[in-house]
Amino acid sequence: MLEIILISAGVVAVLGLILGLLIAITAKKFEVETDPRIEEVQELLPGANCGACGYAGCADMANAIVTKGVAPSTCPVTNEEKQAEIAKVLGQEVGEAKEKMVAVVFCGGSISRAGRNAQYNGVMDCRSASIVANGGGKACRYGCLGFGSCARACPFGAIEMRDGLAVVHPELCRGCGKCLGICPRKLIRLVPAKAKVHVYCNSLDKPQQKRKYCSVTCLTCRKCVKAAPDSMNVQDQLIRVIYSNPPDPSFVEGVKCPTGALQTEESHRCLVPKAAADGKEK
Amino acid sequence: MYSDNPRKFIGGVHPDDGKALSCEKPIRIAPLLEKYIVPIPQNIGKPPKVIVNKGDLVKKGQLIAEADGFVSVPLHAPTSGTVGETVLIPGAVGTMIPAVEIISDGQDEWGSALEPIPDWKNTDREILKKRIFDAGIIGMGGAAFPSHVKLSPPPEKVIDTLILNGAECEPYLTADHRLMLEHPNDVLEGAAIAAKILKVNRVFVGIEENKQNAIDAMKEIAGKYGIKIVPLRVRYPQGAEKQLIMAITGRHVVAGGLPMDVGCVVQNVGTCAAIRAAVVEGHPLIERMTTITGSPVKDPCTWQLRIGTPVAEALKMAGGVIAPAAKLILGGPMMGFAQATLDGAVAKNSSGILLLQAEETGQYTSNPCIRCGRCVDACPMRLLPGPISVLVESEKYDQAEQAFVMDCVECGACSYVCPANRPLIQHFRRAKAEINALRRAGKK
Repeated sequence: MLEIILISAGVVAVLGLILGLLIAITAKKFEVETDPRIEEVQELLPGANCGACGYAGCADMANAIVTKGVAPSTCPVTNEEKQAEIAKVLGQEVGEAKEKMVAVVFCGGSISRAGRNAQYNGVMDCRSASIVANGGGKACRYGCLGFGSCARACPFGAIEMRDGLAVVHPELCRGCGKCLGICPRKLIRLVPAKAKVHVYCNSLDKPQQKRKYCSVTCLTCRKCVKAAPDSMNVQDQLIRVIYSNPPDPSFVEGVKCPTGALQTEESHRCLVPKAAADGKEK
Repeated sequence: MYSDNPRKFIGGVHPDDGKALSCEKPIRIAPLLEKYIVPIPQNIGKPPKVIVNKGDLVKKGQLIAEADGFVSVPLHAPTSGTVGETVLIPGAVGTMIPAVEIISDGQDEWGSALEPIPDWKNTDREILKKRIFDAGIIGMGGAAFPSHVKLSPPPEKVIDTLILNGAECEPYLTADHRLMLEHPNDVLEGAAIAAKILKVNRVFVGIEENKQNAIDAMKEIAGKYGIKIVPLRVRYPQGAEKQLIMAITGRHVVAGGLPMDVGCVVQNVGTCAAIRAAVVEGHPLIERMTTITGSPVKDPCTWQLRIGTPVAEALKMAGGVIAPAAKLILGGPMMGFAQATLDGAVAKNSSGILLLQAEETGQYTSNPCIRCGRCVDACPMRLLPGPISVLVESEKYDQAEQAFVMDCVECGACSYVCPANRPLIQHFRRAKAEINALRRAGKK
């Protein structure tokens, strides 16, 4: 009995040794050489797989950085520290850092501030409402629809739905630009993060018309343009900040925009009531 | 409930039809209004080009916009008067569209450039086709597809059957019903002209069984033109092109195909009446039958309205609104378009102006699919609405396309039967728009 056990154990042990040796030899022989730096770089990338760089996720991007010499700043999401670390891994100089961009939703028309002309009863999604029902009841044909498609698309949770309005948190926004293409009204744009003042309106209607449906619309009165001609200008029917030379946050206080369309990023966020937050959970 | 005699298609639903409100009342001719607002883009294809300026004097039936290309039709003045401003009004689907105001001079004087052709039987087919184009005739059942294009099938397609669509399966609408009952000759003579253009001998008129008096009226004179009247089962969407062909000829239009692939051309009865008016009387398309109905309307009835009649004026004609209305729909309740304002105007394809009360419309919240399969039974195109809607919800348009979402006719039967109140038809409309946009962008 004991003999049988010993023999079988011995056979299995020898077999194991031989096969193990075989695996070791094959592994050595057919080894695929990978650059260990790719893995290191991938760990330094944000790992959100947002695709903003144009590559199929962070692993692909890391491969491109190491093998094809793509600049680490191609990833719009990383910060300068991480870029420096990546450069260190590659033994390169840090290239010129790209200016940090953040997304801004150019609308201040929350449910309590912008009128509606119909009750919408359909798919609670901006693109669907826009295609099927031409906007789902919002009187303004240019403003935020408030169904939160951009908030759902944001890989960093930087867009919050407050009172039927998408509000960007610039400290969370990494400027990947994924929300830009989602918005059916093309309301979201990337602007330099250093600019803190924006005109929160996108309506191209005539001022008389706009006044009827929205209390925070830009009436193109040019008060702010006169106060700072170098920082503000009129484009189409709207006043826009010149982002190459943005005004100081204190500028808003001084101008006193009659409707409140001109706001700092912070005051804009504070003015939209948080209590009525909706959209994201639904 | 369904007799064996009338022919069938597969699927469909039968909503409460509400036709009793207006089906007994004769057509009324609308009084002349002070102002008409004629929408410029009315047809599928390219919108026509406006050729009049503010302040111009026009006669009734005079050309105000000329066709821009083959798939485009001209527009004519609904009455004599002065051309006013070009304004933006909400179109049926809600986007703002340009419209020309015509301020009536009260004379209502004809000034049509079209000569009557009473002897159409001995007239060249091309001349008749040109006349239909010149009169600005488009599919009046709702599709708004230019009729002369439908009557010009490519030479490789052999057309042997002309089908007139008198099914009027949409609930509430009685415009086609009253037209067939009161003017059967207009419809049938128009059909005979269309048949001559297409060189076909087989002409059918499909009418749902619930319009027995219209069937009788049409049968009485149909023999004169060699046209056969076919009673159809009362089932929505009996009036959809492919379902109508299936029910009448038994031919099946394959996925992505057109009626001409099976040798059929389908025309609405209203379109045929317009064809007759254009050829025999030389009148361009400036009027149509429109049912103004719904429980909040004081006097629901079918009206002969001019194209460009403002919706608010049309409702006034019908006696105004006597109960709080929650929803205004241009067209029928199944496939029509809900309106946000009263600023719209009657177009060539406005078959109805419908008001509904709050309890008749209801606000639904969408629930998860319970896989009961009722939508599958109801779908007349034999699609799987439930699973496709789930694909669209997660934006998997390529998979939705493989599941034939592009064959959806947007009849809304699936949404009507869904016990989970899923907005199925909204999902499909979105998917079709997104897929078309992708195709246009050349990404496919």
